[in-house]
Parts: sequence; C-alpha cells; structure tokens
Amino acid sequence: MSKRCEPPATFAPAPEASPLRDRLRSALIGAAKAAGVALGLAFPLLAYRTETDFSNALVLQERWAAVAAIALAAFVVRLICLLIPGRTKAASSPRRRRAEFAAIVARSRRLISAAGLASLIAFPLVVLVLLGPARSLKWIDSYGIQILIYMTLGWGLNIVVGLAGLLDLGYVAFYAVGAYSYALLSTNFGWSFWASLPIAGLLAALWGVALGFPVLRLRGDYLAIVTLAFGEIIRIVLTNWTDLTNGEAGVSSIPRVSFFGLPFIAGPEGFAAHFGLAYSPIYRVIFLFYLALALALLTNFVTLRLRRMPLGRAWEALREDEIACRSLGINTVAVKLAAFALGALVGGLAGAVFAARQGFVSPSSFTFIESATILAIVVLGGAGSQLGVALAALFIIGGSELLRELDWLQHIVGEGFDPTQYRMLIIGFALIVIMNWKPRGLIANRTPSVFLAEPRLAAPALAEEGRV
Amino acid sequence: MRAPHTALLSVEHLTMRFGGVIAIDDLSFTAARGEITALIGPNGAGKTTVFNCVTGFYKPSAGRLALTPSGAAAPEDLLALTQSGRRFSETASGEIYLLERMADFEIAQRGRVARTFQNIRLFAGMTALENLIVAQHNALMAASGPGLWGLFGLPSHRARQKAAIETAKYWLEQIDLIGRADDPAGALPYGAQRRLEIARAMCARPALLCLDEPAAGLNPRESAELAALLRAIRDEHAASILLIEHDMSVVMEISDHIVVLDYGEKIADGAPSAIRKDPKVIKAYLGVDDEDEVDLAASGTRA
Ligand SMILES: Nc1ncnc2c1ncn2[C@@H]1O[C@H](COP(=O)(O)OP(=O)(O)O)[C@@H](O)[C@H]1O
Ligand SMILES: [Mg+2]
Repeated sequence: MSKRCEPPATFAPAPEASPLRDRLRSALIGAAKAAGVALGLAFPLLAYRTETDFSNALVLQERWAAVAAIALAAFVVRLICLLIPGRTKAASSPRRRRAEFAAIVARSRRLISAAGLASLIAFPLVVLVLLGPARSLKWIDSYGIQILIYMTLGWGLNIVVGLAGLLDLGYVAFYAVGAYSYALLSTNFGWSFWASLPIAGLLAALWGVALGFPVLRLRGDYLAIVTLAFGEIIRIVLTNWTDLTNGEAGVSSIPRVSFFGLPFIAGPEGFAAHFGLAYSPIYRVIFLFYLALALALLTNFVTLRLRRMPLGRAWEALREDEIACRSLGINTVAVKLAAFALGALVGGLAGAVFAARQGFVSPSSFTFIESATILAIVVLGGAGSQLGVALAALFIIGGSELLRELDWLQHIVGEGFDPTQYRMLIIGFALIVIMNWKPRGLIANRTPSVFLAEPRLAAPALAEEGRV
Repeated sequence: MRAPHTALLSVEHLTMRFGGVIAIDDLSFTAARGEITALIGPNGAGKTTVFNCVTGFYKPSAGRLALTPSGAAAPEDLLALTQSGRRFSETASGEIYLLERMADFEIAQRGRVARTFQNIRLFAGMTALENLIVAQHNALMAASGPGLWGLFGLPSHRARQKAAIETAKYWLEQIDLIGRADDPAGALPYGAQRRLEIARAMCARPALLCLDEPAAGLNPRESAELAALLRAIRDEHAASILLIEHDMSVVMEISDHIVVLDYGEKIADGAPSAIRKDPKVIKAYLGVDDEDEVDLAASGTRA
C-alpha cells in the first residue's frame, strides 16, 4: 500500500523525445504534484487521530496507511486524467480539441474511405456467407442496393447543392425522368437496360438544363421555390399523362437487368444455368448491387476529379461569391448549367437503376419527400463532403430500414402498436439532434483542392454553406 | 520602360440613372495605357458606379465605353463598330471593345479588365492559393478542352495546372503571403485580404486593373507597401490601373493622372500637381465632413 507507483526507468533514452514520451513524463510530473498536494492535505487531516483509550486517556493514533492510500489515489486518478486524450491541459480548450479532432479526421479520411469501399465490395458476399441465399436477399436488396442508390443521389445532388451552392428542392424530378425513361423504353420498345441507361442519363441531363435556364438569375430561397415547383410539375405530368405513363397505376413488368445479355431467369437460357449454378434470385440482386456500386463509385470519382479541375473550382467559387466569379471572367451561366446538367445526369442514371430494381415505377415514388430525403442526406453529411454524404446515406436510409425491424417492440408496448408508423418521427428527431450537435453536417471540414504545403483543413466556419 | 501614352479606356458621355437619381451625369475621361489613373471624389460622388459600368455590372443609361487594348482605335473603326451594333471587333489592326454592350464576364474574359471591390469579395472558404487559381479559370478551361480532359489527367491539362500554380506562387510572393498559401482566404487579416484580392485580379492577366479603395482600412505602413505594389504592377506587368482611393498620400504619390468627381459630375481632370491646387477640388473636399478628405491639401504638399 505504501509503495509509491513511480515507474522504474524502463524507457531507454530515445535519440529524440517522442511526443508520447513527453506526454507521459508531463503526466507523471502532474500526477506526482497532485499526490504531493494530497499528501500535504492528508497529513494534518488524517495522519494523526486522537482517541480515548479504554483508560479514558487521549492517545494519538497514527494512520500512515490512510495517508498513503489517499496520495496514491490522487496520483492514479490524476495520471489517468492527464493521459486521456483531450484531457491534457494543453488541449483542454474546446477550440483546440476540435482542431485536434479535425486533424485526426483529416489523417484518417483516406483510411475511412478505403475501409468503407472494402466493406461495400465485401458486403453481399459476407451477408451471403453469414445468412445463406434466402435470408440475405432482403439485406442486399433493401439495405445494400437502396443505400447505394441514395448514396448516388446524394452525391449527384451534392454537385448542385454542396459544390455549386444552388439549393435544389426538386431533385427527385431527374430521378423520375431516369426511372420512367428506362421503364417506357423497355416496355414499349423492348430496349435493354444497357441501351436505356445512357438515354435515361441524357434525358435527365436535358431536363437539368431545361430547369437551369429559367432559374439562372435566382438564388437561395427563390431558387429553392422554383426547383420545388419543377419537381412537382414533373410528378404531376407523370400522373396525368395517362396515355404515356399509365398515370397513378404506374408502369409495371419492367424487364429486370440482365448479365450483359444473359437474363437472370430459371431455365436453360438463364444466367444460373449458363454457369452451371442452381437457380436463385440472389444472383440478380448481387449483380444489381455491384451495378449500383459501380454507378456510385463512378459518380464519386468524377466529382472528386472535377473538384480539382477548373470547372469544379468554379462551382465552389460560385458558391462562395458569384459576383467575384463574374469579375474574373467566369461564365457563371455555363458553370451553373453544367452543375444542373451533371447533377441531373447522375439522378437519371440512379433512376434507371431504381426502375430496374423495382420492376415497377409509379408517380408515388417521386414525391417531394424523396427530394427532401436526398437533400437531408447532403446537408446532414456536410454539404460538399463526399464521405459525409456517404455516411449520411448509410445513416438515414439504413437507419430508416432498420426501424422497420422493430416488430419485437409489439411485445413490450402491446399488440396494436405498429413501430413503422413512428419511423419518420424517429428519423426526424434524430436529424434535429444531429443538426444541433453538428450544425454544418457530419463532416464540415473542406479539403482544399490544391496545396503548396501539406494538406490542411479549412475551418468549417469559413466555407459558405451549400445554400444561399 | 513605359508604353506610349495612348488611350486604353475612353469614357464618353457616360450617364447612369437609378430611377430619378442621376448617379453619373455626362462623364467623359480617358485612362491611358501604362498609367495609373485615379478617380477621386467625396463619398457618394459616383466613383463605384463608374467602375460598375466599366466592368459591366451596371448597364449605363447612356454613353460609350471604348476599350482598346492594343493602341488607340482609328476614329472611323470605332464609328463603324458603334454603328454596326456589335459588341466588339477583334481585327488585325487592333481590338475594340464597347464595354457598355458586353456582359460582365465577357469584359473580364475578352477585354481583360479585372477589378477589386470596395467591400472585399474573396472566396472566403477557399484557400489563398485556390483563390488565385480560380482567377485563371479561362486559361485553364482552354487547356482542358471543354473542361473535361482533366478527368483523364491529360498532360496538356496537367502542364497548364502546374503553370497556374507557378503564377499563383509568384503573386503570393509579391504580396508577401506565400507562407499562408494554404490558409482559407477568410482567415487572413484584413490587409492581407486586400492584397490577396489585388493578386487575384492580377492572376487573370488584365490589361486594365480597376481597384476600388484598395487602401481603405490599411495602416500607413501597409499603404506604403500597397503604393509600391501598384507601381510594380504598372511598370513590370503592363497593366494600366484605374484607381479609386480616399487616401490622398497614396493617390498623390502614385497617380499619373487624376479625375475628380462630385455629385456624378467631373469637376477636374489632370496631373496630380494641378489637381492639388484646383480650387474646385479643394472646395468639394472641404465641403465634406471627413478627416481623410480634408487632408487633401495637406497630404498633397507633403507628397
Ligand atoms: N444600385 C444602385 N441603386 C440605386 N442607387 C445607386 C446604386 N448604386 C449607386 N447608387 C447611388 O449612386 C450614387 C453614387 O454611389 P457610389 O458610386 O457608390 O459612390 P462612391 O463610390 O463615389 O462613394 C449614390 O447616391 C448611390 O446612392
Ligand atoms: Mg464607392
């Protein structure tokens, strides 16, 4: 008990002091000081105690063990406090701590991205091995593919909102154009998915430009209102143009995606038979998963590349200050239209994948709440941040799917309770909490597109938010 | 070596009305190539409005703004262009741009007119280096085809990008901000932001640089450095300067030619030595209750 825990000099003298060693030493010194103070206080209070003995005489009782115990406790507690990251004196100010956190995120961003990519690639196979073909269908489809589609949509909208700073509340319109393009081309003209995919993208991009023109002079709230109206117009046209779109009933029996010509069907013509496998719908779902993943990765690659190119920098400059852009000879009309067109193109491609996944499209899939969800993904992720958008898609879409699995709550709350009814409530509440905790989104730091020295992160407070 | 003093910008009968307010009334002056032309006058005289007309942010109510980057245009060429209704002519005998007909970005891109703003307009969330690279947008776009070759990392794009960084580095050194190249522009001190905005304008390789109160808010040492920077820009970079400034020590020290505005009208036009003694100018400035401006005569004699 009385033995002080001074560590023996086991540290061989390093050629240069490492930060860890410095930190350990200063923590030990701090802990020793605390122990000293505890000793100083404990000595008069604890060391001696007067007591009356059985003969009623006062005697001094010595309690050195208690003093030692107090000092030791002070030493240990102080040492722990000093060694826990962010609890050292130097880093105790919230600002400093935040900067340290940002630096850690910056360093590990690559690692997070690589880990995320690896787990995305491995996901269907891992699920398949763990759950078997029958039960993994839902996980790969409702979770995997759906999250990937929303991730793609988030990245597409991120070009418009996060980079170019144009608030678009009608993004779902392009998603709808893409989905209906594939649906109508395939059911009416028998076009394959692969032939329809580029057409779906191009048509959506065309609509992006069509939306872009009338709103060129608008910014902020005004732009938001017009794009909102645009999204509704597309949906209402799809509902009412019954001859073409079959109205509210939607377009059904859209051909499923094929493996480069090999259909995923039972029978000798199908994919499974061709490769000598037993038929199972899981192959189609896995293929669609990788298709959606490829599309998402392509979107991400193009965006990341563009950010480091004149067009992408012009988008960000436009978000920061449009007038300054024009004073530098940047054709802001072209730059804005490019953002709208590219964002819409991505939305259209995602729409085609969506139609291929569902096999059925109807106007009710393209309501304002979809635009709002995609925008929430962008804003929650941190407008402009690719990684943030990916995390937000995982969180919002994955989370709201997970909430469907709350059947067991019925056993607690009662039979009539339907937990899925509370899904949007819970998601909404979670959004409020997160946006209060991180008002600029999960990843608010902006990585500069070019450096002279080593990469550093822009303080979140400086970059213009992907609004205005 | 100074270029011959021919007109670079001719402002003729420029009038700008906002509703009933006449902000500029029948203003004519010229800015000569290779010179620093100062535009001074009390607050509200219409100086910033002149800049906004020259750079295309406002469409003038009347008047002609002819920019001739490669020498004064022959009067018949100018007349022919004006009557043709076209915005500019780029012939072998020299380019003429009629700025009142051109869009703002076109004036910057084709006419090579760059400007700064009275209230600094940097891309605050982007780094100092990025600000200077955005300014080279058009040159970079040209090198990357329709802006997309860089997607595949084509060498022409990469070479141009390297050159753009070198240009940016050069200007960062000129304005003494090379050490803060990777800091967000919004995090720089005020004086540094003013200099960065000038550097950004210079990265667009302008023939005419319009500076709206670049010394506002600077301390005397910073003002002196600014004056040296502007002289270097005029002498070493073949850029002519149109300068709005209240700090008379700067104006009198570096201007080759001064135009004085009051209530939208020109009240004087000439060399600094003549302006300093002009009774109309002194009266206009003394009528305004502003220390900076009352200083005119005093700082004039000092200079
Ligand atoms: N966009 C505008 N709308 C209405 N009035 C304007 C506008 N811009 C400038 N003015 C008016 O023009 C006059 C000159 O303003 P300005 O050019 O900013 O003066 P200075 O830059 O010389 O201080 C002022 O009376 C101002 O109110
Ligand atoms: Mg002004």
